[in-house]
Amino acid sequence: MTAVDLPAPRRSSLDAVLRARELGIVIALALLVAVTATSNSRFLSGQSIRDILLNTAILAVLAVGQAVVVITRNIDLSVGSVLGLSAFTVGTLLHNNNLPVILALLVGVGVGVVCGALNGVLVRYGNVPALVVTLGTLYVIRGVTYFWAGGSQINADELPSGFLDFGNATVIGIPYLVLLAVLVLVVTGVVLRSYRTGRELYAMGSSPHAARLAGIPVGRRTVGAFVVSGGLAGLAGVLFAARFGTIDAAAGTGYELNVVAAVVVGGVAVFGGSGTVWGAALGALLLTTIGSALAVLEINQFWQQAIVGALILLAIGADRLVAARVAASLKKRSSHVG
Amino acid sequence: MSAELTATRVARFANWNVAIIAITVVVLIVAAATVDNFGTSQNFGFLVLDVLPIAIIALPMTLVIVTGEIDLSVASTLGLSSAVMGYLWNANQPIETIIPLCLLLGAVLGAVNGFFVTVLGLPSLAVTIGTLALYRGLAFVVLGDSAVADFPSAYTDWVTGTIGGTPFPNVLIIIVVLAVVFGVILHATPIGRAVFAVGASEQAARFAGVRPGRLKFWLYVAGGLVSGLAGVLWTLRYSSARADNGAGLELAVVAAVLLGGVSIFGGKGALAGVVAGVVLLGSLQNALRLSDVSNEALNVVTGVLLIASVLGPNLANRLRRN
Repeated sequence: MTAVDLPAPRRSSLDAVLRARELGIVIALALLVAVTATSNSRFLSGQSIRDILLNTAILAVLAVGQAVVVITRNIDLSVGSVLGLSAFTVGTLLHNNNLPVILALLVGVGVGVVCGALNGVLVRYGNVPALVVTLGTLYVIRGVTYFWAGGSQINADELPSGFLDFGNATVIGIPYLVLLAVLVLVVTGVVLRSYRTGRELYAMGSSPHAARLAGIPVGRRTVGAFVVSGGLAGLAGVLFAARFGTIDAAAGTGYELNVVAAVVVGGVAVFGGSGTVWGAALGALLLTTIGSALAVLEINQFWQQAIVGALILLAIGADRLVAARVAASLKKRSSHVG
Repeated sequence: MSAELTATRVARFANWNVAIIAITVVVLIVAAATVDNFGTSQNFGFLVLDVLPIAIIALPMTLVIVTGEIDLSVASTLGLSSAVMGYLWNANQPIETIIPLCLLLGAVLGAVNGFFVTVLGLPSLAVTIGTLALYRGLAFVVLGDSAVADFPSAYTDWVTGTIGGTPFPNVLIIIVVLAVVFGVILHATPIGRAVFAVGASEQAARFAGVRPGRLKFWLYVAGGLVSGLAGVLWTLRYSSARADNGAGLELAVVAAVLLGGVSIFGGKGALAGVVAGVVLLGSLQNALRLSDVSNEALNVVTGVLLIASVLGPNLANRLRRN
């Protein structure tokens, strides 16, 4: 690790910066929706909005877990593979044993928790950087899933209808999946914002060394963050299975990059210590909406990935600009005082 | 970091380098003795062609990671280079202009990464995840999901061919030349010393007269250039230019470099270790494939190897201390 770290913006202005970050995404999102809706009113139809929300739900659950890990200055690249393993496990159990939905949810989360704990323990006790560990488990977990599944595929007609209904049914017009994602978002957001454990995660991300000196159990919290990320990736696997009904060993391949993209676009700094799960979820919503908007605007779908990439660069560039401004103004202010 | 700690780390690291080379030699011998067809010259050719893109991209990646940065966009650069090659070939451009253009394109894409990382000072992980998506997206914009074939056989034959009558594939020349170039740069020139210095402590390196920004910028350009070359070679090898060529290869490259004993935190690494890492990864995969182990099970091997390669030295050190 390098000896010098960039000074983090001070707490008083941190909130304002965060708010500005999320405001930026909201404005981008509003513009995108407005432009798309004017050119094609179908974009705001119930079905279209429902599709966007359903797809966002899965990405947002993953992004919330990723944000928790990234805030502690780690990263979890294995989430796509965990999603795949969880989805296939749940699909197999449902197919063979006709599990009730709630049990399927628990099994999926359980699979994720085990994978997350593995990551966390390797990072914590192996003293190995998270990027390397989770790059390794990305391969291992995906390989295990392939090994187990072979070329087989679980189709929607092999899943109990109760489970598929769960993937599509709504309460007062809002799909269960979306409600579940919102619940995850609110609970995680509140814990991160208002509970001691949550604040400790930010402290660890800002300066692991200082956090340790301050008596924060950095190791335990690190494992905890990975368990949360893994558990949510497992939950996302269940949602994936319920939403799409077709599961093979490749489910969720490459998702890790979308998730990291959502988190980065949502203003969670990759070097830890700042950002919110709200931002991450907004990032997920923005990325998903772009996909739908391109389809509606009849723009070549091939542009989507390029736009996502440009967006990431724009987001981190803007973030840098704001941070530099804040740092400059703080310096000015303190020089007046001193 | 205390001097003593640094010294043990250096010793530990040297041990690992020797270990990885020894493991590679053992794997090669065991595979040659037990796996049918592994030791044949034909298989040697396939092995070299299979590891070709990983082998050459891992070289500049080593230097980038030693400075403490990372480049995840290399496989997308390969894809965009391949897509542009196909596009220009479709537009009836002569291959003699296309190939230099694709190399230039790679260098420019690397320079874009370098600009964001060094001029704007953005974290390289985030920047190159961004350009990973951007370059791959542009590759699809350029070529769509079609494939372009029918590249001149003089070129495709050269890539798949061997050095007159010997079992050595022609592309081995490219690998060896690049490995020597990057090895000399890293281990025998002031540039290489600056690379290690920046990775150990950027601030200290600056005080010592190194310009970390400029250094990193050119390393990204080199990474882009080699990735562009990998795109050309990939296209010629399969005689197929596609936008999704090399998708996901960035993780394999990073895995090979880390397997070679390069520290993800920068400052430590040796090109010999990386070459051994590439050979180890390539020959294990090749041997397992010959033994009818599925491609997917190979993922497990890659992942376990990667984790073991970073865990191993740590655990060995801990045991030694107890």
